[in-house]
Amino acid sequence: MSNIIVMPLIIPIITAVILVFLRENIVLQRIITLITMVFITGISILLLQLVQTEGILKLEFSGWVSPYGILFVADTFSVLMMLSANIVSTLCLIYAFSTIGFKYENMFFYTFVLFLIAGVNGSFLTGDIFNLFVCFEVMLLASYVLVALGGRKIQLRESLKYVLINVLASWIFLVALAYLYGTVKTLNMAHIAERVLEGNQDAMLTTVSILFLIVFSLKSGLLLFFWLPGSYSVPPTAVQALFAGLLTKVGIYALIRTFTLMFPLNPDVTHTLIGIMAGITIIAGCMGALSGKDVYTIATYNVVIGVGFILIGLAVGTEAAISGAIFYLIHDMVAKALLFLLIGTMVYLTGETIVKRMSGLIQIYPLFGWIFFVVLLALTGVPPLSGFVGKILIGQGAIEVGAYVLLALGFASSIIVLYSLLRIFLASFFGETTVSLEDRKPIPRGAMVSFILFTIAIVYIGIGAESLMVYIEDATRTLMNPSRYIEAILKG
Amino acid sequence: MVLLVGVLVTVGTYLILSRNIIRVILGTAVLSHAVHLLILTVGGLKTGAVPLLSHSEGPFTDALPQALILTAIVISFATTAFLLVLAYRMYKTNKTDDISELRGISDE
Repeated sequence: MSNIIVMPLIIPIITAVILVFLRENIVLQRIITLITMVFITGISILLLQLVQTEGILKLEFSGWVSPYGILFVADTFSVLMMLSANIVSTLCLIYAFSTIGFKYENMFFYTFVLFLIAGVNGSFLTGDIFNLFVCFEVMLLASYVLVALGGRKIQLRESLKYVLINVLASWIFLVALAYLYGTVKTLNMAHIAERVLEGNQDAMLTTVSILFLIVFSLKSGLLLFFWLPGSYSVPPTAVQALFAGLLTKVGIYALIRTFTLMFPLNPDVTHTLIGIMAGITIIAGCMGALSGKDVYTIATYNVVIGVGFILIGLAVGTEAAISGAIFYLIHDMVAKALLFLLIGTMVYLTGETIVKRMSGLIQIYPLFGWIFFVVLLALTGVPPLSGFVGKILIGQGAIEVGAYVLLALGFASSIIVLYSLLRIFLASFFGETTVSLEDRKPIPRGAMVSFILFTIAIVYIGIGAESLMVYIEDATRTLMNPSRYIEAILKG
Repeated sequence: MVLLVGVLVTVGTYLILSRNIIRVILGTAVLSHAVHLLILTVGGLKTGAVPLLSHSEGPFTDALPQALILTAIVISFATTAFLLVLAYRMYKTNKTDDISELRGISDE
């Protein structure tokens, strides 16, 4: 019983509600938001340490002993995800402070970001599959608002599609929940896992698990990503970065959780399916990235490639591959968010979205240019930076089980990522500058601060991989042996 | 009950596939009702006494599906309300309520 687990959900919600009353006072809003984010990031670090010393933590609301009540669970995997999500959103908010503009801040921008973060944290922490649905909805409702906020024509159009698709996905989620409840008569994830283990995952449960696969694929952009490029390219930069860093990753988290804890017994069907879907996702993402002419398209399809690559790790499913997937997931959150921030800034500086029409940025903004280069290397997976370890581990896992097709696809995608981003880098940063002297805008200081902090994070994840691996190995151990999780929840 | 769910899903699907936004939104509402009934059905309809401890001596009906449905209804209300507002704003700015005209990315 440790009440600290609920803090990452409760505190953003309370602050968000308080911020509603401070509509006029934008400086105060910013300060409060920043303090809240730093505070819950601190709590995440504390939780990470607690989980290491005391094992899996759980909080059963109002003392209803599981499997009867609803509960929050903190194991290393969920806390790691939560920590990186909170760091990413803090940095995105620092960027937002200097760029988002009065129009948004006045319309409860920070309130909705905090709701989004609350939903994300809740999804990571919940130990009850219906609460996962509820937290997803909290997160999605906030994201609907953030896509539509601003009210430009194209935003409204894309947000309507985005909302409709997600409403349908939530509907399928409920159908899957209904059948799951009808079959195993429980909603506690550990209890479901136990019942599934007892009943040997018959055809009915495999079908239910495939329903879950469809739902979470829709949310994470695995194969069913047709909604992603449109809705990720219309909102303001800070929101795009938040989405790229958080939303799809929550779907991936749910996929990993579902298929390692609850439905691990029929990998011939489910994991093969995930593998095929991941493969197709990578191919389609690469095609999109190659064909894109404007920076947003290239960046959004890079998100798609990232999703496919992480899920190769899940599809392969060996210990090395899973820890690779976790590592790459953390790296991807940070690097993708930074990529979107940089690209948004490029568009802001030049007023252009087509790659070919920008050039010579590095002469005016040297630091900015080199940060972009660092992200490019990190996303490609060049050794000292953050993408490398994850790629190696996933590759190692794929070799262990002989999944050479996926391996080849995964590493070929790195080249495409390198090529597509290098194209932006060469075309936009080198050559004669197109921005005339009078039009030169300085990069806002807050934006620069967040870039530098992000870069430090990327370099740290790469160079400090050893210190991170302790946690990641622990997370993998729990994921690979669901009995640890089940025992901690049901017998602890 | 199952038949009712089937009919509602059919109606909902039909509505969702239409071109008018309001119909699509109504379709999602109908679909959500269908799934609520589905939860109730697969959770087992009345199988015992009222789930109040002092009222009778079991077996009790499982009250959980109703709790789930209550939560799901609230969420679907919120989403539907948001969708309606969004559709209204979109109608005002884009001057159309036809989904098929929302394709592609045109300049503003």
